[in-house]
Amino acid sequence: MPSASSPPSRRGLIALAWLWVGAPLAYGVYELVQKATQLFTG
Amino acid sequence: MSPPLAPPGWSRWLVPPAALAVHLSIGQAYAWSVFKPPLESALHLDGTQSALPFQLAIVMLGLSAAFGGTLVERNGPRWAMTVALVCFSSGFLISALGAQTQQYWLIVLGYGFVGGIGLGIGYISPVSTLIKWFPDRPGMATGIAIMGFGGGALIASPWSAQMLSSFGTGHSGIALAFLVHGLSYAVFMTLGVFLVRVPRGDTPGAGASGPSSVAGVQVSANSALRTPQFWLLWVVLCTNVTAGIGILEKAAPMITDFFADSSTPVSASAAAGFVALLSAANMAGRIGWSSASDRIGRKNIYRCYLGVGALMYLLIALFGDSAKPLFVLCALVILSFYGGGFATVPAYLKDLFGTHQVGAIHGRLLTAWSTAGVLGPLIVNWIADRQKEAGKHGPALYGLSFGIMIGLLVVGFVANELVRPVHTRHHIPAQREAADAQRQQPA
Repeated sequence: MPSASSPPSRRGLIALAWLWVGAPLAYGVYELVQKATQLFTG
Repeated sequence: MSPPLAPPGWSRWLVPPAALAVHLSIGQAYAWSVFKPPLESALHLDGTQSALPFQLAIVMLGLSAAFGGTLVERNGPRWAMTVALVCFSSGFLISALGAQTQQYWLIVLGYGFVGGIGLGIGYISPVSTLIKWFPDRPGMATGIAIMGFGGGALIASPWSAQMLSSFGTGHSGIALAFLVHGLSYAVFMTLGVFLVRVPRGDTPGAGASGPSSVAGVQVSANSALRTPQFWLLWVVLCTNVTAGIGILEKAAPMITDFFADSSTPVSASAAAGFVALLSAANMAGRIGWSSASDRIGRKNIYRCYLGVGALMYLLIALFGDSAKPLFVLCALVILSFYGGGFATVPAYLKDLFGTHQVGAIHGRLLTAWSTAGVLGPLIVNWIADRQKEAGKHGPALYGLSFGIMIGLLVVGFVANELVRPVHTRHHIPAQREAADAQRQQPA
């Protein structure tokens, strides 16, 4: 447990921030992969 | 507005998502083409007219990045991200009004002019801050943000298309889609405004110098313009981007033409898959090559972009029509270098000019992008049209364009070789720098 003078842990905020930007990016990459596979199957 | 200083214990890993929240949003610009066909049928426009909002937005991106850079440096990243949020979202809201009232000029004004200012200020807003937080890995840090600009189109393209198919492609459906875009991006970008912080002098990481930076060098944006290094980098960026656009602009017809007479011609859906793969290479190059530059040095990585890039063009020109995998591989490498060139340049600027006004200098350098944006498509399209008129077909349509691209890359390679450390007469005197830093401290 952090002492009164130590700065607060930001792990939760870091995880939330990366999830905020990572989720839509993952959606975009998923859609891209779907389309890119057409080069080999189309 | 004074720059938002980080409280004690603030993690530097909160700054890249702040930058991504802005860049993933403004990267939507490259997905404008989704709105073109519905606008053309709903408002009775031709292709040239429907491209106007995008073209004006890109012009405004270049202008606002070039002229707004000093303001961004003075007022800090939170101010810049707020301006970007307000302009980019308002652009969509004005466009929604324009679509609903069928006043196309409002869409041009909203998305193109107002939204374009948001693009330019948003693009440069996190650059300087990221470099200050990650002096040990500036290439990786700016690579993450600038990768976001590429990623923005990947998100917006299917998302906008889905929205239009739900709301309808009439003028009311387009207006509703614009409205939802404006509101959603405002909420999404708010994370960047809330999270972005400028490092204190005692923050771990801040103040350390990277492997290839010249310790202590600080050059103002105005002085940078008077150095040969700035203009040599301008040529490097312009030639590298022109070479990438040379492939990107006509990727689908190019792969179709190359293998039209072969035993395995390329279908329309396979060509679309090729374009998507190029986008992936572009994005991967931004983060991958830019991060690699932290280890192998900025000059070396540009030697690779420009030298190996020229070699890839030569391979396509000589043997591209003989093997599809070779054609695809070379094109992917060229596009990864295109993305890498964009993402590595802020760190190169930091090495040469220091962190003092690197965001403003970067903004001014982006005029090279605007120039390449005109030059690249012009070369490839004009030459392909002339070759077609001359009765040529297949790979012969592109041979001359590829020759020109190789020549441009060689020019860029030579420019990169001529880059030397900035002469001390351009450096800011230490006293003035200290006074500037003191003035930026909150009262």
